[in-house]
Amino acid sequence: MSTVIKKPHALMDISMHYCPGCTHGIIHRLIAEVLDELDVEGTTVGISSVGCTYNNYEYFNCDMVQSAHGRAPAVATGVKRVNPDNVVFTYQGDGDLAAIGTAEIIHAAARGEKTTTIFVNNAIYGMTGGQMAPTTLVGQITTTSPYGRNPEVNGHPIDVCNLISTLEGAVFVERVSMHDIKNINNAKKAIKKAFMIQIAKKGFSIVEVLSSCPTNWGLEPQDSMNWIKDNMVPKYPVGNFKGKDLEV
Amino acid sequence: MKEKFLMKGNEVIAEAAIRAGCRFYFGYPITPQTEVAHYMAKKMPKINGTFVQAESEIAAINMVYGAASAGARAMTSSSSPGISLKQEGISYLSGSELPAVVVNIVRAGPGLGGILPAQCDYFQSVKGGGHGDYNLVVLAPSGVQELYELTVEAFNIADRYRVVVMIMGDGILGQMMEAVEFREVENIETVSKDWAVTGTHMKREHNIITSIYINPEVLEKHNLKLQAKYKLISEKEKRVETYNCENADIIVTAYGTVARIVKNVIKDAKKEGINVGLIRPITLWPFPDEAYKKHSDHVSAFLTVEMSAGQMVEDVRLSVNGKKPVYFLGRMGGMIPTQQEILDKIKTIVKGN
Repeated sequence: MSTVIKKPHALMDISMHYCPGCTHGIIHRLIAEVLDELDVEGTTVGISSVGCTYNNYEYFNCDMVQSAHGRAPAVATGVKRVNPDNVVFTYQGDGDLAAIGTAEIIHAAARGEKTTTIFVNNAIYGMTGGQMAPTTLVGQITTTSPYGRNPEVNGHPIDVCNLISTLEGAVFVERVSMHDIKNINNAKKAIKKAFMIQIAKKGFSIVEVLSSCPTNWGLEPQDSMNWIKDNMVPKYPVGNFKGKDLEV
Repeated sequence: MKEKFLMKGNEVIAEAAIRAGCRFYFGYPITPQTEVAHYMAKKMPKINGTFVQAESEIAAINMVYGAASAGARAMTSSSSPGISLKQEGISYLSGSELPAVVVNIVRAGPGLGGILPAQCDYFQSVKGGGHGDYNLVVLAPSGVQELYELTVEAFNIADRYRVVVMIMGDGILGQMMEAVEFREVENIETVSKDWAVTGTHMKREHNIITSIYINPEVLEKHNLKLQAKYKLISEKEKRVETYNCENADIIVTAYGTVARIVKNVIKDAKKEGINVGLIRPITLWPFPDEAYKKHSDHVSAFLTVEMSAGQMVEDVRLSVNGKKPVYFLGRMGGMIPTQQEILDKIKTIVKGN
């Protein structure tokens, strides 16, 4: 009998605390599979941030550092500069990366830190109870935009991949989505490439992952997947923004 | 005789850090401490070290957090408004029990204030500028030579207890030039950092650096562990210089540059027949309270002189504990107390008693 599928070694064998229909668990698994396939679990240091994934240091088998809200790219910089042969990644949400941590992500990318950021965009603050995020869509109802996001009052959503792409230090920028199998498979490829770029010391790499928040969106898990496809993807098109042809 | 160098205080901080084995410095420009960054920018690349000019004070302290997590001796430096920005990171470093050295070359506040010397960040440094129950070890040198010695020692203390050590000097100390002798750093204490995140290399369980404990019982236990550590530091690390205290009629408490002015006042007062002593706290936390127990009986009063509205004076009052009156003289805004005004204050106190 041959093994068809098994838990990646880089993932801890414990249950996760995420809500049903949330895709953090899938993204964690993809990262862990990549660490296994590249055989870098032993040299990897992950940086957890603030939000629903504050304690994902418990889920990865590699060394982990928990960081303050938005500061993960600065913490990653410190870790990487001390041990340049470590593989260092940050795992950040949209509030963490695109609001409070805007300066840190922009400058880590601009410096071309040889680190990888997995940026999970679900257009809302999950942990604190569904507030408007920098990536919340126009018209989207949240607990702090109860009448829908109004650009006159709240401004427009931030397209992080577009923004980061303009920086020379960022050599690999790609947006992927979690809403169906095909896209999940593509996400795995992008995450793997991002890590390979880091290992080849090419520069900063980031993968934005469109994700769900059924609890705060008030949607069933399957409806949440459809919501990503129908509402998020049109605003945040999936695909490579930079570094597609980089040889690693 | 050993070679002596004429150097600015800020440069000496940088040189001392390097000699103490610090190879990771993260900074951001702000007057009057920027020469630390200049020196590091020049020196670090030549000794295989790292200098990163961060995008902000917040980023700099978080780079320190990362480097300390990876087990390195790391430092950042700033001046008052920048230190306010670093408070978040200092609280996280303390919560995560990471050793680090933070330098504050204090300038006058509040707000953007001014760039001239002050001691108005005493409360922020000693009573906890960030959130939560934690303490920094706060070292207060009063000359460039001592700046060297204490910067080296700061790294040892930080590693020994896994705490943040702050070097707090007023703007004068950072900017003034004095002769300094770089005594060999004989014992760079090396402690095992088996908690550091350097990669498991598939040989051990993963290390986690964190300051979050969602379970209140666990978080209280973590806090009790921190408090036990601070108690130990209080017992072991208090440093103080006492000068002419044995037969003093009145004892002045002052730290940093102000303590040097007071030493001159002591000479002036002697000419007028007043015997003045000096207690100079070298550790502002832990505060050297025992020195007061020893001298409270024979003096008629205490005077505290600070470049602030009166901050350290609270710790002096706690230490004197009502046994004798505690007077205060302070200047603010970058103004420095003169010998004459301190002497006049002493004379007024002596007359009144």
